[in-house]
Amino acid sequence: MKRIGKTLLMIGATSDIGRATASYYGEAGWDIHLAGRAHAAVQREANDIATRTGASVTVHELDILQTARFEAFLGALSPLPDTVICVVGELGEQSRAEKELEYAAMVMRTNFEGPALLLGLLAERFAARGSGTIVGTSSVAGDRGRASNYVYGAAKAGLTAFLSGLRNRLSRSGVRVLTVKPGFVRTRMTDGMRLPSLLTAEPQEVAQKIFAVAEGGSRSDVVYVRGIWRPLMTVIRSIPESIFKRLRL
Amino acid sequence: MEGWGRYPRHESEVLHCRVPEALGRFVASRPGLIARGNGRSYGDAAIGENSTLMCGGLNRMKSFDAADRVLTAEGGVMLSDVLRSLVPRGCFPPVVPGTKFVTIGGMVASDVHGKNHHCDGGFGDHVNELKLVTANGEILTCSRSQNAELFSATVGGMGLTGVIAEATFRLRQIETGWIAQKTTVAENLAEALKALRQSEEATYSVAWIDCLSKGASLGRSLIFAGEHATPDQVRETLRADLFPSPNSAALTLPLDMPAWLLNKASVSAFNELYFRAGIRKSAKPMLVHWDNYFFPLDRILRWNRLYGKRGFIQHQCVVPDADALQVLSSILDRFAQSGKGSFLAVLKRLRGSAGLLSFAAPGYTLALDLPATQEVLRLLDEIDELVVKAGGRLYLAKDARQSRLTFECGYPRLDAFKVLRRATGADRRFNSRLAKRLGI
Ligand SMILES: Cc1cc2nc3c(=O)[nH]c(=O)nc-3n(C[C@H](O)[C@H](O)[C@H](O)COP(=O)(O)OP(=O)(O)OC[C@H]3O[C@@H](n4cnc5c(N)ncnc54)[C@H](O)[C@@H]3O)c2cc1C
Repeated sequence: MKRIGKTLLMIGATSDIGRATASYYGEAGWDIHLAGRAHAAVQREANDIATRTGASVTVHELDILQTARFEAFLGALSPLPDTVICVVGELGEQSRAEKELEYAAMVMRTNFEGPALLLGLLAERFAARGSGTIVGTSSVAGDRGRASNYVYGAAKAGLTAFLSGLRNRLSRSGVRVLTVKPGFVRTRMTDGMRLPSLLTAEPQEVAQKIFAVAEGGSRSDVVYVRGIWRPLMTVIRSIPESIFKRLRL
Repeated sequence: MEGWGRYPRHESEVLHCRVPEALGRFVASRPGLIARGNGRSYGDAAIGENSTLMCGGLNRMKSFDAADRVLTAEGGVMLSDVLRSLVPRGCFPPVVPGTKFVTIGGMVASDVHGKNHHCDGGFGDHVNELKLVTANGEILTCSRSQNAELFSATVGGMGLTGVIAEATFRLRQIETGWIAQKTTVAENLAEALKALRQSEEATYSVAWIDCLSKGASLGRSLIFAGEHATPDQVRETLRADLFPSPNSAALTLPLDMPAWLLNKASVSAFNELYFRAGIRKSAKPMLVHWDNYFFPLDRILRWNRLYGKRGFIQHQCVVPDADALQVLSSILDRFAQSGKGSFLAVLKRLRGSAGLLSFAAPGYTLALDLPATQEVLRLLDEIDELVVKAGGRLYLAKDARQSRLTFECGYPRLDAFKVLRRATGADRRFNSRLAKRLGI
């Protein structure tokens, strides 16, 4: 297979979306850095992608909650990737997050603090180089807080705002910043949930969409994997708070 | 749960395994469990007596040595994925069945045969090493030199010795992804058997029988011989991509077909068209895309709905050369007389195999698809008697109904298999509906 001399950094490599997307890049000829928490599990994905696609794949240990180690992690990355994709996320259990402080903090830090700080550091390096693409995966749950998942949703809203600001700041620096909102995806995270098929994507579909937008000619900044989410969320966002608060969502 | 033929149906608890490390825990926690790959066996082989362990999550490849063309992959990796990633690199699996939607574990456990069995043997013959999760949850490495008995019982062992976590096997080198195909027309069964014998130098060969034709043309067939084409052959005729990608466009049969649709008239019309097309092609050799040559049925996803809700049965026997003509003609004759012709009647040549419970034995193998009706079931019992008398046997991966006696007569190494199952404790852990039905 043709290698094209570009490198992807995938943060959250053992998730279904991370795996599908990294494979997709590998198949397109990219080399890959895979970062994740459990070394053996990341190694398993690395072997798989390398075997399937012929890409050269390196494995890096990274815990998104250990922010103090981020600098060292980035220092060890060679070469500096052309594109970074962060798919780290933790839906968590809303009811537990309502009662347990530590747990709520973990959900918030996993979805907002960790990814934002790490992508921020990468942005500095990309800006210094004058090129690079940053893809953060946020969520439609961040478009409006809902009773059933507002701890997660609030953290994703934070990430959406962070990425938006970063994009604003770097718009003339040669660095692209993308916000991807996958919507429902059939993964381990949603196993056993009943998902509406019109709104639900497969991990492979997310991978294709991310690649098409990040590496194709598109100029989009905020991407819903299934287009139907955009009008849907516009409607949901425009419901007045006085009515919204009484809805069961 | 049901197999590909949708007959029979049984209750079974479904468990999902996603990481190889968890296999031991699943095995230890459940008696009466069986591994399931992609459920492409027809009958009850992949339905656990109590629990069925889905291995589809064990779908990571581990390594590929390009110099030796040796692949190591987890048991749940799909053959279609192997093809997708390795055909462009000039490698082809040593043996493939008639569908690519099977797992490596399923291919080892059934010791599947391909159109090249007469040359290359079964899939198991190309496996160097297995990682097997045994009854006590341990992972054992098995090969022809290490735990050799367990290895020869696991190849073709229908999951009854343990769960195949990983397999290492060798691929063949190909120069292009095209197959040079030659079609021969045989006017009757005797000619078909002869043509298959004559095409034995060809790497691949298979015969499609029109099983509605009677009398003098009983067993009229098209024999397809194939070779991996050379780059010169491709450049001359096609100027196409040397390694074409898998077919993407597929139809899905959207719903169960009503039972009356598959009647004598529709089947014979289909067979007639198919044969006329074949006769036209037989004039000259042609190049066929690997996907169309090996997996023609995969173009239509869920084609098992064709037979409606009641399901269908595939009857596949192998009969030694000596009585082949006589036994196979009686089988075809009975179906032709009863009007229960099958869409799909396939005839191949087999040689022996190594696995204790492997199906392949020297002779001819005939496979027929039939609706699962009472009448057909009765007819098949009679046919089994003919097969047994001739010293033949039935393929377990297709079986849904054979009797214990038929099975015991056909598999002389069954006792050795049972002894090994007892010695390793597998008999108390791994049990499918098939094993229960046949007393394995
Ligand atoms: C259209 C079609 C054409 C076919 N053509 C051929 C052919 O030409 N030649 C041929 O030989 N077969 C053929 N078959 C049969 C098919 O190749 C076998 O049934 C194959 O084993 C199915 O693989 P699977 O992954 O779906 O396994 P399943 O059907 O899920 O399981 C089959 C057996 O393998 C065992 N098994 C599966 N995974 C594991 C594992 N990880 N560890 C231990 N045991 C396991 C199961 O317990 C079961 O006994 C065909 C089937 C179809 C539907």
